Amino acid sequence: METILQGLLLGGLYALFALGQSLIFGVMRLTNTAHGDFIILGSFITLTLTALGIAPWYAVLATLPINWLIGYMLQRYVLNGTLGKDPLPSLVVTFGLSIVVQNLLLEVFSADPRSIDTEGFNTMSWALTGDISVGVLPVLILILALSSTAGLQWLFNHTSMGRSFRAVSDDREIAELMGLNARRVYAQATALAFVLVGLAGALQGMRTTVAPADGPMLLLFAFEAVIIGGMGSFWGTLAGAMLLGVTQQIGFRLDPGWGIWAGHLMFLAILVLRPQGLFPKTRG
Amino acid sequence: MTSMNNSYGQTKRAYAVVRNTRVSMPLLLIGIALVILAITLPWWGESSWMREFVEISCYFIFAMMWNLMAGYGGMVSIGQQAFFGFGGYTMLVLGNFLGVNPFVAVLFGAIAAGVVSLPISKIAFRLQGGYFAIGTWVISEVFRLTFANISSVGGGSGTSLTALRGIEKATRESVTYWIALACVVGSIVLVYGFLRSKQGLALLAIRDNEIAAKSQGIAVGRMKLAVYAVSAFGAGLAGALYFVGNLRISPDAAFSVNWTAFAIFMVVIGGIGRIEGPLVGALIFWALSKFFSDYGTWYLLGLGLLAIVVTIYFKQGLWGYVQERWGWTLFPTMRKLQIL
Repeated sequence: METILQGLLLGGLYALFALGQSLIFGVMRLTNTAHGDFIILGSFITLTLTALGIAPWYAVLATLPINWLIGYMLQRYVLNGTLGKDPLPSLVVTFGLSIVVQNLLLEVFSADPRSIDTEGFNTMSWALTGDISVGVLPVLILILALSSTAGLQWLFNHTSMGRSFRAVSDDREIAELMGLNARRVYAQATALAFVLVGLAGALQGMRTTVAPADGPMLLLFAFEAVIIGGMGSFWGTLAGAMLLGVTQQIGFRLDPGWGIWAGHLMFLAILVLRPQGLFPKTRG
Repeated sequence: MTSMNNSYGQTKRAYAVVRNTRVSMPLLLIGIALVILAITLPWWGESSWMREFVEISCYFIFAMMWNLMAGYGGMVSIGQQAFFGFGGYTMLVLGNFLGVNPFVAVLFGAIAAGVVSLPISKIAFRLQGGYFAIGTWVISEVFRLTFANISSVGGGSGTSLTALRGIEKATRESVTYWIALACVVGSIVLVYGFLRSKQGLALLAIRDNEIAAKSQGIAVGRMKLAVYAVSAFGAGLAGALYFVGNLRISPDAAFSVNWTAFAIFMVVIGGIGRIEGPLVGALIFWALSKFFSDYGTWYLLGLGLLAIVVTIYFKQGLWGYVQERWGWTLFPTMRKLQIL
């Protein structure tokens, strides 16, 4: 019971990792292999801001527009040039970015794991029953994950920005004929994804420690959640993240060495048994 | 060299299929001469040269197999290190526990990697494009975590290849060097022969247009599986060879994503989808690491940036540029129709 609860809370964090990935893939079929490294970059941006004396929550808020800008610029000036039928250019470029970001962080912050100082917030907890208690921060993360998912789904279905996302995703050329600037729509999508990436990074840095080399692992978690959930559905991504979190927690409980391994294996099993994911929504 | 008469009763046209270029034959002879010279190296060279050659051979073979998969098979993988490490561990287990001569076990390591890739492909092929890339990465992480939890091969901290104890250092280094040389020549011949064969032509057709290839009766699925298995075999060969030269293995070294990162770098810089690509790329990589690897993180950062710039601005890589500018092709795999 406690394991499952902790797993769901962990899943909330993974959902935040995965939503950005889901958004980028959904809108432009782009696989960003540097996704995890940008999450870690987000942690370090927040960390740097707090080190400058800004209160933790304001630092998180300040990280979001910074990440919006990074995402927008990156898509507009680097990644747009790599899009196309051939997945190779975008994969190589994002993989190159992953190496660049990782080594830049390593150079500036060294390999030591650090965490963002929340002035004691990260250790606060609520006792639910006699022996089960939940951390306040993990619960907050879960709430943020739920509201981000709902918000993203709403944005996709009910706003003009969401409409343009869906249009360029369905057929870029027709969307452009209708007067949309696909390159700008892509940039907006990545910018939005990067806001989520920044939030995820900041929260990861508060909940646990972060080191420059952690990125690839987070990328794999995000990716697994997206695939398990099925393409094109943000609620599916959330469910995938929850399932991954619970599986890892159960694995960790059996043996600390096998937690992540259990998560990977569950993912591969889903891939074999239900390759379209649990809740696929993608048309075509 | 056939002539045909089509059904519309037009005039007979003789044609020939040209497969070699002007430079490819003389260069083949130079290549053979170089290999013969290289065979004699242990008698006149220094042992540090041999060690360096073995290391760069592993990178080269690995990159060449990545090129075969991505450049010809259209499958971009970030998980080839799974087979690299698996080949290495198989060699070590055979040598340390089963008493097989480690030099012989190199080949078995490669075969084991090729065999294990068949069931793996059932999972990996569920994904396409970018998702295939990350999916293969997950699979290689499963390999890493599995070996890190097996205590008989040292768990997370790894173990040493004890089977080579008792062999004199000079002999060991020479034999390792010769095997590396044989592996390099062998894998070039393997890939070149494969690409020039009928299957190779089918592979190029798949790369250019999968649906059109299918409509011509090419078994696309089987072809992709064959490429996947051959490239896993090659990656396993590189891995087994590397750890015979290195004498120490650990999960983090054997299944490091850096192997694939460096392979991508070499192939992209040299020119993807051509055999010269990884060759040129490996030489450049070797030269760069010789002069700059002391800079550590800045060196890696530079490699990453270089890969990005080349991918965006010089899509064909260095050799692609050479080929376009001067028309040089060392390993011609194309077929040109010449009307006589």
